Amino acid sequence: MPVPQVETRAADLRSALDACFADHPRLRGYVLDEQGCLRENVVIFIDGQRARDPQRLDDALAPQSQVYILQALSGG
Amino acid sequence: MSDRAYIATRKGLFEVYRTHEAWLLDQQHFLGDPVSMVLPDRRDGTLYAALNLGHFGAKLHRRDAGSMDWVEVAAPAFPVKPVDSTDPVDWTVRQIWSLAAGGPDEPGVLWAGTLPGGLFRSADRGDSWQLVDALWNVPERAKWMGGGYDVPGIHSICVDPRDSRSVLVGVSCGGAWLTTDGGASWSLRAKGMSATYMPPELQAVQEVQDPHRIVRCAAEPDKLWCQHHNGIWRSVDNGANWSEIRPAAPLSNFGFVTAVHPQDGETAWFVPAEADSKRIPPHASLAVTRTTDGGKSFVAWRGGLPHEHCYDLVYRHGLAVSDDGQILLMGSTTGGAWLSEDGGGQWQTISTTLPPIYSVAFA
Repeated sequence: MPVPQVETRAADLRSALDACFADHPRLRGYVLDEQGCLRENVVIFIDGQRARDPQRLDDALAPQSQVYILQALSGG
Repeated sequence: MSDRAYIATRKGLFEVYRTHEAWLLDQQHFLGDPVSMVLPDRRDGTLYAALNLGHFGAKLHRRDAGSMDWVEVAAPAFPVKPVDSTDPVDWTVRQIWSLAAGGPDEPGVLWAGTLPGGLFRSADRGDSWQLVDALWNVPERAKWMGGGYDVPGIHSICVDPRDSRSVLVGVSCGGAWLTTDGGASWSLRAKGMSATYMPPELQAVQEVQDPHRIVRCAAEPDKLWCQHHNGIWRSVDNGANWSEIRPAAPLSNFGFVTAVHPQDGETAWFVPAEADSKRIPPHASLAVTRTTDGGKSFVAWRGGLPHEHCYDLVYRHGLAVSDDGQILLMGSTTGGAWLSEDGGGQWQTISTTLPPIYSVAFA
């Protein structure tokens, strides 16, 4: 599956994710659960720092911020 | 006669098919991904596969009859939990634990049971799903408990072939529930079951029962069989009353799975495990038991199955029977798959090296 990349002017993580999901609707259910929380085994890094709150997803973004959504290591 | 079946495993979906000589493994799908449930829909030939992606949640894929291509469709999902809810349950689908086709008069209708304890209905072949609120909102759900998983779940969905609005579901641990109006209202149907894992005064409480698996006879729909945590029960009145099978079935009355003969409600199969506290085949020797007289007597069969140092456990959805009641397919949590063409007397090995098997079904 190709990895989508999205550029957005969003000022916080939740808004950036929403912008991404607007272009890729199916992606929402892969990254967030139905309560809007980050899935337990998904991790987000913002400029090298792990996103703080998987429920709120309210980390601030700077105009040049780089956001990576990754699979957390788990399972076997 | 069936000539194709499906095996859903921890690492993909496998097909098996019959040749002149034997049944053989065939195509693989979703290799590497956990496939928690497979449903061949007899009404239109569609195949459904529920994935439980470790990182990305529960997903559902559909393959139309005659097509080679899978399409991802919507997966059941809970509505947003109200902010004032006092429900301690996390309203997120952890796993699709059961899938069932609706009745022949409602094409495209599907039912899905999930962990944690949600029942969902689709009217459009899985393109969209709705939580069955009336069951989710029964007050007794507060007493449901985890059984097999940390949260309660719906593992058995028995649509009545006489009336598609009548559906009985089994919950571990939450008893059995029946709707006769298509899901608008529900009543408990676990009277007669007994839970010895509870304090004495609570052992008969219906909503704490742990029916590991409930199956319905297609030709005699009032006849249901249940492999319960504490034994084997049957009902001959669509779940209104359940009777424990005594004397107990041979080898052990503990186990997870049961299958009923589609044409004969007196005939059912079980795969005994030693005990709740020792979940291996009795004496580490795999056996299948069958009754043909409603549980009055049983025969234990081992022909072709591993006799020693066998630790294969057959879980809730690990045993399927063909429409004519002759062919049985069985898959274990340690990747053993066996098939019988004589109603369980003699078994041939499909594989002993598959991934852990969650579900088996005939096409």
